Amino acid sequence: MGLIVSLGAVLAIVVVAWIGGQVPGLQGLFGIVVPYVAFVTFLFGFMYKVVNWARSPVPFRIPTTGGQEVSLPWIKWSKLDNPSTTAGVVGRMALEILLFRSLFRNTRAEHRSGWLIYGPSKWLWLAALGFHYAFFTIAIRHLRLFTQPIPGLIEAIDKIDGMFQIGAPPIYLTDVVFILAVGFLFCRRLFLPKVRYISLPADYFPLFLLLAIGTTGILMRFFFRVDIVNVKALAMGLASFHPVVPEGIGAIFFIHITLVSSLFAYFPFSKLMHMGGVFMSPTRNLANNSRMKMHVNPWRTPPKFHTYEEYEEKYRDLMKDAGIPLERE
Amino acid sequence: MKDLTPQEMLRIDLHPPKTPWMDIPVKIKPGVYCYPAKPEKLEIVGMPNPHKWSPLDDDWGLPEDWKEIVLQGMRERLDKHRSFKIFMDICVRCGACADKCHFFLGSGDPKNMPVVRAELIRSVYRGEFTRAGKILGRLAGGRKLTEDVLKEIWYYMFQCTECRRCSLFCPYGIDTAEVTIIGRELINLLGLNINWIQEPVANCYETGNHLGLLPHTFKQNVEFMCMDIEEFVGIKIDPPFNRKGAEILFVTPSGDVFADPGIYTLMGYLLLFEHLGLDYTWSTYACEGGNFGFFTSLEMAQRLNAKIYHEAKRLGVKWILGGECGHMWRVVHQYMATFNGPADFLEEPVSPITGTKFENAKATKMVHISEFTADLIKHNKLKLDKSRNDHLKVTFHDSCNPSRGMGLFEEPRYIIKNVCNNFYEMPENTIREQTFCCGSGAGLNAGENMEIRLRGGLPRANAVKYVHERFGVNMLACICAIDRAVLSASMSYWVPEVKVTGVSELVGNALIMEGENERSVDLRGEPIPGRGEEVSEDV
Repeated sequence: MGLIVSLGAVLAIVVVAWIGGQVPGLQGLFGIVVPYVAFVTFLFGFMYKVVNWARSPVPFRIPTTGGQEVSLPWIKWSKLDNPSTTAGVVGRMALEILLFRSLFRNTRAEHRSGWLIYGPSKWLWLAALGFHYAFFTIAIRHLRLFTQPIPGLIEAIDKIDGMFQIGAPPIYLTDVVFILAVGFLFCRRLFLPKVRYISLPADYFPLFLLLAIGTTGILMRFFFRVDIVNVKALAMGLASFHPVVPEGIGAIFFIHITLVSSLFAYFPFSKLMHMGGVFMSPTRNLANNSRMKMHVNPWRTPPKFHTYEEYEEKYRDLMKDAGIPLERE
Repeated sequence: MKDLTPQEMLRIDLHPPKTPWMDIPVKIKPGVYCYPAKPEKLEIVGMPNPHKWSPLDDDWGLPEDWKEIVLQGMRERLDKHRSFKIFMDICVRCGACADKCHFFLGSGDPKNMPVVRAELIRSVYRGEFTRAGKILGRLAGGRKLTEDVLKEIWYYMFQCTECRRCSLFCPYGIDTAEVTIIGRELINLLGLNINWIQEPVANCYETGNHLGLLPHTFKQNVEFMCMDIEEFVGIKIDPPFNRKGAEILFVTPSGDVFADPGIYTLMGYLLLFEHLGLDYTWSTYACEGGNFGFFTSLEMAQRLNAKIYHEAKRLGVKWILGGECGHMWRVVHQYMATFNGPADFLEEPVSPITGTKFENAKATKMVHISEFTADLIKHNKLKLDKSRNDHLKVTFHDSCNPSRGMGLFEEPRYIIKNVCNNFYEMPENTIREQTFCCGSGAGLNAGENMEIRLRGGLPRANAVKYVHERFGVNMLACICAIDRAVLSASMSYWVPEVKVTGVSELVGNALIMEGENERSVDLRGEPIPGRGEEVSEDV
């Protein structure tokens, strides 16, 4: 059910944008208003979410330790998997965010004739990493539409991305990786029973959205060519706050930009916020030094406990008979 | 429990059904659930809504406004714990955690996939707290909190041992233990704890230990151990209790004082301290390192933990030494100073024998017995005859909490290698940070839930079986009192040839004590092959 609803939602966006992009009066809505609203929603939504998380304190130091802690000087300490210094935490977080360290550990467990077997399982890691880097590069590449002159770095990335010179215009490597990776992540959800079991509409929807964004982007480049000069004029207009909708931009462009806008607007209210959350996860971004360094819980209240005095009061005779020293005889 | 044979138990299907999990109502099964807390045990510590009820009844005796209590409880905890708030928001359901849980691998119950166990609560969060969930309901993955939902949460919060194995693999570090801790806190707002946790909590609060041993009984139990030592080792030990002015306060889980095979570990401690002539004391008041409060609520954990510093201050010791225990060390390591510190009345721990400063414990001022012992061995301060353990082929089980909530891996291995000649590691996916839970941690070591315990214990037992068949391993060493108790049950079911021991028991057997006898028997009173008894027959 989640699958069909999600697909339906994405198709609805496509249809609305397709029709809207062809109605002369509505082009301004789909080319200017929707992107602006989406971007503002993303920006403020993202900030709201992060600030809202940050408003809840971290009362306890609860890093998940993935290696030997700092101990006696002759015991080899696992500085990155079990950091006890800020530098170590920065290293651990860098590995986590740039290389998906934890996911790289992934294994697959199976029962085989009475034995539990654990095998390596790197495909999820590979697809996730491929998707994120491809998407990131694609986003950077798109900045060429929003800048004039185009910064050298963006030009260079664009060039490297298309370096194989297959086809005209050349196929981008990242486009291929993006579609393959998103396709893989989608197929996992569809065909692996465990993953299908845990999947919600909120899992299918972003995948369909991403697939649709990628597909419309590729279609625009190779099949339904749009006037890139006009697209750039629109993008520059948006970036410089002097928005214009030039004549003669193909309908496919409006579909693409509306899908992207949907992703932006949806982002802060969805699981996609893992992008912000991963930086703030207390099991990863804290040093494992709570026996070394006193940490304060801002909402701590002094505990009500059974004091020694109450204890001795209660058991004095028993203790005395057993020869246990007392405070008061 | 149904008497399933291991072969029957092993028929496990890890394929979940086609029906979405929200459409499968919870069925509470004997052999899996634990008996409810007795009202008087809740009253002792002043916990809400003490009442008689049964998980199998329709009516759980919930207070009129139970729903508001739970939702208010969630609201408060979202505001108090960034972890909880973030973990409710960012799971992408990638499934990396799904097959990491021992309960899922042993039972095949798809709601024991960590992601689903957390989703039980996350769905309520979405349905009751987020705008999308309130409007779109199921479409946004949300559901309302109903009695059935509450029962489901209850059932599965007591099928998680807070071992954090899933958290290790999660790309965002989402920690199911954290979700379970808070889930159980919510459950406790309604008086729905299980008795196996609540009774120890009440006992620890009053008498100081799980079984509710009174001061003189606690002392007697330790003294019984000394009598055994006198018989088996031939030396007399007179351990100090509640002694003011001792340098070190020793605190261990009370399981070591009364439960087999923990008592042999305790004999190991006694021998070690005697060997060193350590200036230390036991306490009959702070006589529990284990903390079942941690399985109830963080507040209760703090209340029970407070006794240790309170007693250390009263006795005027310099620092605290802690025995072998799992969750005790999670609490000591990650929570204790924050709970009840700063411990500025204590000194930074220094080994009186080697002069080593335990830099990693300088704030909390509590040192793990394995750190302490490893340092002694490194400095050649122990006279050891490791050949006394030659009949043992030993493997080591990393307990979850010291592994993933601390990082204590090398010290116990170093000790074992110095007191035993035969040591074999289990497969790498089952040890160190990837270690599997014993299957009965976090207060789930009751008798009535034996089926799920054995199922949860399967991944660990399976790895032990592997080294048993491959290398002839016959002894499973560990540094946790719950492990010692429950792995014994798990082994006798899955790998009956393998026995369980604490690391300090192995140390105790190897220690050459001044004035000892020929040591023909070990601390269990069992003859050591190739020593003593055979010799006496020759004579």
